[in-house]
Amino acid sequence: MSIFAAQDIAMNFGGIRAVEGVSFTVEPGEVFSIIGPNGAGKTTIFNMISRIYTPSAGKLIFAGEDITSIPPHQIANRGIARTFQNIELFANATLLQNLLIGRHCHSQVGLLAQFGFLPSVRRAEIAHREKAEEVIEFLGLQRYRDQLIANLPYGVRKVVELGRALCIEPKLLLLDEPSSGLNVEETEEMGYWIEDIKQDLGVTIIMVEHDMKLVHAVSDRVMALASGRILALGTSAEVQNDPEVIRAYIGGAPV
Amino acid sequence: MIAPFKTGYAQDLTLAKGPGSRIAYAVLLAVMAAIPLVLGEFYVGELGGLFIFAIAGVGLMLLTGYTGLVSLGNAAFLGIGAYTNAILLARGVPFLISLPAAGLLTAFFGVLIGVPTLRMSGLYLAIATLAFGSIIGTVLQKWDGLTGGFDGFAVQTPSILGFKIEGAWGVYYAALIVLVLVVWVSLNILRSPLGRAMVAIRDSEISAQSMGINLAVTKSIAFGISAGITGLAGGLYAHYVRHLAPDSFDILLSIQLVTIVFIGGLGSLHGAIFGAAFMRLLPQAIAMVRDDLPFGLGQLPGLEPSLFGLILVLVIMFEPGGINGRWVKLKAYFAAFPLHRKPAARRQKSYAKSERLR
Repeated sequence: MSIFAAQDIAMNFGGIRAVEGVSFTVEPGEVFSIIGPNGAGKTTIFNMISRIYTPSAGKLIFAGEDITSIPPHQIANRGIARTFQNIELFANATLLQNLLIGRHCHSQVGLLAQFGFLPSVRRAEIAHREKAEEVIEFLGLQRYRDQLIANLPYGVRKVVELGRALCIEPKLLLLDEPSSGLNVEETEEMGYWIEDIKQDLGVTIIMVEHDMKLVHAVSDRVMALASGRILALGTSAEVQNDPEVIRAYIGGAPV
Repeated sequence: MIAPFKTGYAQDLTLAKGPGSRIAYAVLLAVMAAIPLVLGEFYVGELGGLFIFAIAGVGLMLLTGYTGLVSLGNAAFLGIGAYTNAILLARGVPFLISLPAAGLLTAFFGVLIGVPTLRMSGLYLAIATLAFGSIIGTVLQKWDGLTGGFDGFAVQTPSILGFKIEGAWGVYYAALIVLVLVVWVSLNILRSPLGRAMVAIRDSEISAQSMGINLAVTKSIAFGISAGITGLAGGLYAHYVRHLAPDSFDILLSIQLVTIVFIGGLGSLHGAIFGAAFMRLLPQAIAMVRDDLPFGLGQLPGLEPSLFGLILVLVIMFEPGGINGRWVKLKAYFAAFPLHRKPAARRQKSYAKSERLR
């Protein structure tokens, strides 16, 4: 059974149809990449899945549940985590604090208990810290642990954002251009993290990406979009050789 | 520089950063407790006022410095707290109940204003809170039967278990105890999930939401806590001024509170207290040198507010970290002396953030 399904989703901004009639399913444990030229609607699909936008039409099904109309802050509880194209970290907090905010959806301590920092809060905090430390170890971020995000280099911030998403302990991870702004080496490293997340943690990944080398290296299936519609869906090699996709990317005479 | 040796995660949850700071704060507390035995009544009274503004500063700091919500209506919260406490006392309610009640009622008003302003931020939120402040000001003026209207009324002397809390000393100790409690609770909040959620909202609402933080609930709670703390400060303020009148809780007081958190340094509880100290001590300093200033500068009307304005602008331009920022740099300088390097404290250029989701 598929873990995630988009059924005929559409998104209109006024008269502009950013996404139209897009349907796809994602199988558990796979890396599903979405590619397409600028303005194809990739990030719009992400924002619909994480409920920042409400689809104009269609349904989103996650783990058998219709999530089309649940509020955006409950997406994390369901087990969907995401990263952002241009990094949306909490810049004036330390790396550790950022990861702990990723644990927020798992915290259930009462308000008054927090005022007094009762033993129950202390125990919960230590448990969250242990989880955060696991992620720090997984991604090798030990030496940046207590640094402010604002003082970290861009490449490290990308990894921190990945770590913050992992702290949610997601079943489904949405990566919005994980390689944007990274150099060749860092992109290669990002590819390894993605494979590790898939294999060691068993997390299903949906990824928007422009770097075709990275897409080719990690994806099980690729979906190509243009102008809000699906052009092709299949393995990376199939999609890259699809005449429609080639035309959308590099133009040329109609076939 | 001393780096503490850490052996467990629980160690990072303690409030004191090491044995040194524990001793330092204990000494500070002891000195504060002993001050009324040494200094005269005038200084004790002024310090009591300083503590009250420090409490209000901590309240606004949680809202503005940590949650990123600007409020120009906190004078109204101070007013609600002051009137509630004084009115309850006049009806024979004991001080130990009337003061917390003032805090609770003000917190309720804070949540109330928080809810409709949730969708606003920045300037719009500031204007909405400003409007709230002027509404409360009008209510205090017009509700003659309860508030005594324009003339206000004299505040009763409170007592705890038969002991009268009188004069400068009474206010001093009451304010000191409340300040310590408020700072302790604030520190607890800041090391708990709620505090992190507040910081997350300040830095990026969009990703805070994706982390499972309920923006509406967290912002209302932040408003409630800030208002509640400011209400406690207001309850004590009633005893500090001894006579309540609606015009003491006007927009100027709100701006003073905002100035406290900006000059003190946004995003630090130390800053709230530094800012309050600065705000209360500068007028005294001006009064001391007023007669010795050349060209009759000291006789100029509006010297005080314009100096505050000038200092606020200078702080925002040259030291966005406020007094606390300067203090942290100073500590770093002496910790590394004589090996200090200037770039260590330089501001970093930050990367452009996405605007597409706003």
